[in-house]
Amino acid sequence: MQNNVLNYLYGTAPKCPDKIAYSDGEVSLTFGEVYKQCRCVGSFLNSKGVYKKPVVIFMRRGPKEIAAFLGTVAGGCFYVPVDEEMPVGRIQLILDNVKSPVIICDRETVEAAKSFNIGDGEIVLYEEISAFPENAAALDRIYSAAIDTDPIYIVFTSGSTGIPKGVAACHRSVIDYIEQLSEILEFNENTVFGNQTPLYFDASLKEIYPTLKFGATAYIIPKKLFSIPTALVEYLNQHKINTICWVVSALTMVSAFGTFKEMKPEYLTTVAFGSELFPVKQLRLWQQAVPNAKFTNLYGPTECTGMCCYYHVEREFEDNELIPVGRPFPNREILLLKEGNVPAGEGEEGEICVRGTAVTLGYYNDPERTAKAFVQNPLNTAYPELIYRTGDIGRYNDHGELVFVSRLDHQIKHMGHRVELGEVEVNIAMLPGVQMAACLYDSARKKIVLYYVGEMSEAELASEARPKLPRYMLPNKIIKLDEMPLTANRKINRVRLKEMYEEK
Amino acid sequence: MEDLLEILRDLHPDVDFENEKHLIDDGILDSMDIVSLISEISESFDVTITAKYIVPENFNSAEALYELIERLEDED
Repeated sequence: MQNNVLNYLYGTAPKCPDKIAYSDGEVSLTFGEVYKQCRCVGSFLNSKGVYKKPVVIFMRRGPKEIAAFLGTVAGGCFYVPVDEEMPVGRIQLILDNVKSPVIICDRETVEAAKSFNIGDGEIVLYEEISAFPENAAALDRIYSAAIDTDPIYIVFTSGSTGIPKGVAACHRSVIDYIEQLSEILEFNENTVFGNQTPLYFDASLKEIYPTLKFGATAYIIPKKLFSIPTALVEYLNQHKINTICWVVSALTMVSAFGTFKEMKPEYLTTVAFGSELFPVKQLRLWQQAVPNAKFTNLYGPTECTGMCCYYHVEREFEDNELIPVGRPFPNREILLLKEGNVPAGEGEEGEICVRGTAVTLGYYNDPERTAKAFVQNPLNTAYPELIYRTGDIGRYNDHGELVFVSRLDHQIKHMGHRVELGEVEVNIAMLPGVQMAACLYDSARKKIVLYYVGEMSEAELASEARPKLPRYMLPNKIIKLDEMPLTANRKINRVRLKEMYEEK
Repeated sequence: MEDLLEILRDLHPDVDFENEKHLIDDGILDSMDIVSLISEISESFDVTITAKYIVPENFNSAEALYELIERLEDED
């Protein structure tokens, strides 16, 4: 039985060593090269005595970054991707949390990496360690000692206290996800993926591992192309990309500006989307442009390893209708729990909770926040069984399909990213010269709106916020106030703020 | 031109839009910015910027973007 994600690579590499596994259009790695570099990186970690430890990967998004991930797993460790796109404050928080003994960089990122406080950690260059002599005996020992409940990665997600949470996932959860996803989206050896998401999110599991499982090919599409819709479609056609799993905002960027009047993607057969509601009007434009493609809505929190529900778009939708989240992948169950942990009745709303192998190990080095969200299944008092409480409210529609209704807290989905407005507020309020900060989300215009009181000008605040927050968390509209509206018990009056915003 | 600069400054108050010439090439504007920019422009100037115009040459500087808007206004 497969108990290690590397089994995919070890099975495929000897069968098609010369086929391209990962490419960004310029740099490509064949399966043979991925195998070799992965083994070298693993051997290097072994030579350093680094085993069962987090290893930070701080590299440019691309094929070599993926090979570094796999090499980390070959060394019996787990990878923690960080990226230059992340604000420096956030990278430091991640480094402080995981205390990685080794940080793998490339020539482009090494200078940036040196500017961080890395404690006892050692910075190494991928270009060097990917040519380290292979120690096959050591790697085989590590491979056969692996247990499928050991972690393979930690990815960080927004936390309302201002400190990001590191979600750790194990081999077994990832294997289960890849097997189920591959059946649902019908991947095979002819699949050509076009990756859009950053590699430091679990969203990229969709391309990384099925590519290894089937001997498929994944193109890591350069980020800049997502600002130039015609060039993006040209790229899809040039590389004969047939499968895309993108966030809704990336799909909408193409369809909303009439790109399909100029040109159409010619090879697409599978279009999966998720992380946000897809406006039906935009979905229709896509369906008309690629009539032979199958469209699938995916839903799932990082804490449950990628996606855990799917809906194949099979019927016509009205403009204002919600595209359902559908039903769980096999081997997971969705519990809808009302207050008091009572299961929701027919048509009733409840919190979406997930049960099964997909539930990840929890938040790394963070037992308190783990205990709040990863809890004993309240419907089972007989033996220990953890479920994950998503904080999403859902209900079943008349077709028996799960639909997402709203959030329990101040978490929003903004441009495909999960954002805690609390994290934005905490980071802004900590800036010198800011007394108070409060955010609201204009969901119609997709803007994070920040109100603040302080000495700083709006322009100063915008530039001070950059090193603190990821780009997708930066407020899109900044409004300085002389006074923050407060409620009777001196809390920020969010209702009044919303009114003020709507009056504008 | 001043109206356009205002829209741009509203988007990124800390960027010097009068002098910056590589807004796309240097990644100062990303895809989210382009989306909101186009919708603000269509509200303020009554022009529709379609995909064929969304290329770096037209978006790399405020000046180039303003020329595009004027060109599209003339076409109407």
